[in-house]
Amino acid sequence: MKRLFLLLSLFLVSPLLAAQDLFMVRSQLPFPEAMSVLQQSIGESGFHISRVQRVDIGLTKSGYKTDKYRIVFFGDLDELHSVSDRHPDLIPYLPLKIAIFAENGETLLLASSFKHLRPFYTSPDLLQKFDRWESAIREILERVRVAE
Amino acid sequence: MVLILLPLSTVSVAGSGEGAVLYRQNCSVCHGVDGDGGVGIPLNLPDFLAVASDDYLRNTLRDGRPGRVMPAFTSLSDAEVEAIIGYIRSWSGQEAPVYHKHALHGDVQHGRQLFEQHCTACHGNRGQGGTGTGVTFSRPREAPVMAPALDNPGFQDSVSDAMLKATLLRGRKGTPMPSIASLGLKEKDADDLVAYLRTLKIESLAGDSEALEPVIRYESEYDLEQTLENLKQAVVGRNFRVIREQYLDQGLAAEGEEDKHRVILYFCNFAFLNDALAIDPRVGLFLPCRITLIETEHGVQLMSINPKNLSRLFNNSELDRYCEQMHDLYAEIMEDATL
Ligand code: HEC
Ligand code: HEC
Repeated sequence: MKRLFLLLSLFLVSPLLAAQDLFMVRSQLPFPEAMSVLQQSIGESGFHISRVQRVDIGLTKSGYKTDKYRIVFFGDLDELHSVSDRHPDLIPYLPLKIAIFAENGETLLLASSFKHLRPFYTSPDLLQKFDRWESAIREILERVRVAE
Repeated sequence: MVLILLPLSTVSVAGSGEGAVLYRQNCSVCHGVDGDGGVGIPLNLPDFLAVASDDYLRNTLRDGRPGRVMPAFTSLSDAEVEAIIGYIRSWSGQEAPVYHKHALHGDVQHGRQLFEQHCTACHGNRGQGGTGTGVTFSRPREAPVMAPALDNPGFQDSVSDAMLKATLLRGRKGTPMPSIASLGLKEKDADDLVAYLRTLKIESLAGDSEALEPVIRYESEYDLEQTLENLKQAVVGRNFRVIREQYLDQGLAAEGEEDKHRVILYFCNFAFLNDALAIDPRVGLFLPCRITLIETEHGVQLMSINPKNLSRLFNNSELDRYCEQMHDLYAEIMEDATL
């Protein structure tokens, strides 16, 4: 039933968020649980996690107070190589990433869309790639949003 | 898939309430699942729901607050907007107030005096609002709830004079917003304040929405190793700390088989990062700073994202200054490294 609800909400959410600059969701799970659902969800969309940047650790070590804040980088090796060979100027935007941070016992997640990059590219396969990445990111986030 | 899902969707959506589902999908990320606030301000306070008309909610949803984080929801249908409003109303269970649309008459000069005396400490000298976002819990902050922008065209066009007055008379329990009676002011003073607030409206803060060049790029005459060395020196020379050096595909490629011609340098100034996160906790998505080096048969290039795109991405004009600063910093560092 949970699974069905999940599929259902993916289906509902797509048209609404189509033209957004940012994809943002709230998970009611505490940070560690949300983080593990996120990692699993990234795998379910066919990507591998390349690294988790612990922003909060750097801040805390420098004497600033912050709750948990991480950036999760992910991608697919072949895709990363083929896109960066063909469109080197996209490299600063790769691998893909999602920011995840704690907020009062809950967790916020966000990722950028490719909307602001689209006007600079005409290659149909790249535009398709943007579509694919955007829908994958939305799927990944949506799974975390509805996870209990 | 659609065939299987459609009959289900009717059941499930009706079961949990369409307004609730839409609210959770579109609003809860900032305003909290129960309207307690977060990146956005609270929406569930009795004093807010008692004065907010449906027109105000409707217009706010449609226009957002340009440059003040709250997005404009243009792709929701009218029915969806009404469903969300219905859901927000369900938190108080009370009827929506309805206001007349006439302008109130007041003494602008006197209103200005009162505003400067009683309101600027929180709402800013031009009514531009407090810094930071909503009631963000993730970091320490000065005020429990950020004072909203009163000069914002999205606010000014959504609110009627009568609703403004009702807000001032009532205040908002559970937030720092006082009632004017608690400030020792009379009803006539509310009219004067409203008349003055109306003079504050600014044009849009959002800047023009045309996207800017996505990357900043410099060519280096040195080889990769030397360029990387120069880059590290340039970073340190600007009071940043190198925090990591890695191949672009590191963590995806098998160890030892990474593409050695694409190298990322991460660096950070934690004071800068901390300030930027206090303004908008979401900017961490683009921090710490990163410059990528790419070696091809034509030579070595340095590249970064163009931070000037970010304040638009976040619909937050308070970030403008940081984005400009970051843009110049990236350009200077890359220039230093390629000299
Ligand atoms: C990206 C974060 C974000 C999202 C998403 C968001 N809001 Fe907001 N909202 C804000 C912020 C921030 C403010 C305060 C802006 C200011 O005036 O400074 C705000 C203000 C408001 C206000 C005015 C509140 C008042 O006290 O006058 C209403 C109403 C509102 N939002 C409703 C919604 C609804 C409904 C949704 C979903 C359809 C939504 N918001 C989605 C961030 C957000
Ligand atoms: C101590 C800080 C503080 C002071 C002083 C203050 N305000 Fe506020 N004001 C706030 C906060 C915080 C809110 C948002 C409350 C909420 O979350 O709904 C607010 C909300 C408002 C709103 C509703 C805006 C909206 O988007 O919903 C208006 C109008 C307003 N204030 C006007 C005034 C005026 C006029 C004065 C001076 C007489 C004043 N305020 C004094 C903090 C303050």
